[in-house]
Amino acid sequence: MSSRMSSVATVSGAAGSRSLRNTTRAIGVAALVATVATVILGLWVTPPAKVQGTLVRLLYIHPPVAWVALYCSFGLAALSSFLYLWRRTRSLFWDRLGASAVEVGVVFTGLTLVTGSLWGRPTWGVWWTWTARLTSTALLFVLYIGYMALRRVPATQEVRARRSAVAALVAFVDVPIVSFSVDWWQTLHQRGTVLNPGLTLKVHGSMAWTMALGFVAMTLVFAWMVLVRYRIEALGDVISDNELEVSLAERWSEAEQVPAAGAPLVGGERVPEPAGSGR
Amino acid sequence: MWRDALLVAGKDIRIELRSRVALWQVLPFAVLVLVLFGFALGPGPHALRTAAPGLYWLAVLFSTVLATQRSFAIESGEGTRDGLRLAGIDPAGVFLGKAGAVALQLVCVQVLLGAGIVVLFGVRFDAWWLALVSSVLATVGLASAGVLYGALSAGLRVRETLLPLLVLPIVAPVLIAGSRAWAAAVTGAVSSGASWLKILGPFAAVYLAVGVALYGPLQEAA
Repeated sequence: MSSRMSSVATVSGAAGSRSLRNTTRAIGVAALVATVATVILGLWVTPPAKVQGTLVRLLYIHPPVAWVALYCSFGLAALSSFLYLWRRTRSLFWDRLGASAVEVGVVFTGLTLVTGSLWGRPTWGVWWTWTARLTSTALLFVLYIGYMALRRVPATQEVRARRSAVAALVAFVDVPIVSFSVDWWQTLHQRGTVLNPGLTLKVHGSMAWTMALGFVAMTLVFAWMVLVRYRIEALGDVISDNELEVSLAERWSEAEQVPAAGAPLVGGERVPEPAGSGR
Repeated sequence: MWRDALLVAGKDIRIELRSRVALWQVLPFAVLVLVLFGFALGPGPHALRTAAPGLYWLAVLFSTVLATQRSFAIESGEGTRDGLRLAGIDPAGVFLGKAGAVALQLVCVQVLLGAGIVVLFGVRFDAWWLALVSSVLATVGLASAGVLYGALSAGLRVRETLLPLLVLPIVAPVLIAGSRAWAAAVTGAVSSGASWLKILGPFAAVYLAVGVALYGPLQEAA
């Protein structure tokens, strides 16, 4: 019974202080407002562009999403992995933060690829081209999916944290090499295509404001998602820590109750009932 | 560190020489991949010859996955890894030793594959030295990155499926740079081919350094 009480106590402890939850909520509200404002400005207030027409509206979303995916999240993941591996700052806080950042980053990378593809089809005439940026983004996507797969492998928290931190750092080191090599590969072997986006659009007026707002909105969404994901991660750790203890406690209390209720005896032995936890 | 590396590499190579797994499984697999590529592309000599550098490096990449898996399978015995740690061997030495052993196996694979694309695909090299230098650099990079991830997934029940997913995207730059350099070595466009060494070299150096630095914490985590 006591172990159950303590587990309840740590669950609420890991859920974070009230101020953290309030911050999360405030950022969430701000993110929602900014996103809605971007949508309204992007879809109705801003004019269609001269060359791209109404397609330009995708550019209020696509670059901000890519910014979050490639810089905010993977940068944060690398930083927190480094801080985890460095002995002086080692704490599970960095591990969870890194994991949350990667997970959100993978979602945003996927969105980057999808929105880019949606834009590319009417603009370039194809869903996919082997340009350097597209290729290296796709490689990054797979790279960090690998990180998530590694994280899913059952292990103790410490082991998982260390493993994930190394994997995140190794993946991050690969980012510049991948982008360089793909860049060269592309420039040496795919020149003078029609697909080359020479349409450098000049952004000004309401369009510039909307794009800037898009960056703010997506960064806020990123921050909110990471905070929420962090909390889930922390709670999950607490639960997996305590699950065994709680089930054991339940099992013991069942065992204590069974004889009073007249347990079935087989050959003088009590038939063990399976524990209710289903593990 | 270097003495430890030699010890570990010697141990791994001895195990390979005695068990012959690399000889009878990894090498035939590499050749099999080449033959299958031939089937996939059809018997036309021109298509095969243009695709040969890429196919060669793809086969090397697959063999890297196999070799690293093997390199950590021999450590999966009861208490083997603890023994290695208890022996007071520098983690960096273990890393360098294992990477060295894998690299040596990759050299064997590449000699066979190189002969394979010359014989089966009819490839002729214009610039031997370029192919050779890029191979050496790529081998160092592949072995280091492979061993790093091999150690990450060592002892996991899902390692067979997890390792390729982790390693192959990481070594994609080696595939790109290696096959471009080899294509240049075949056509004789040395100056454009040599610029790919600027990717293979740093890749090898970076993953050697990362491995030396991170193998300690990694070994504790396994």
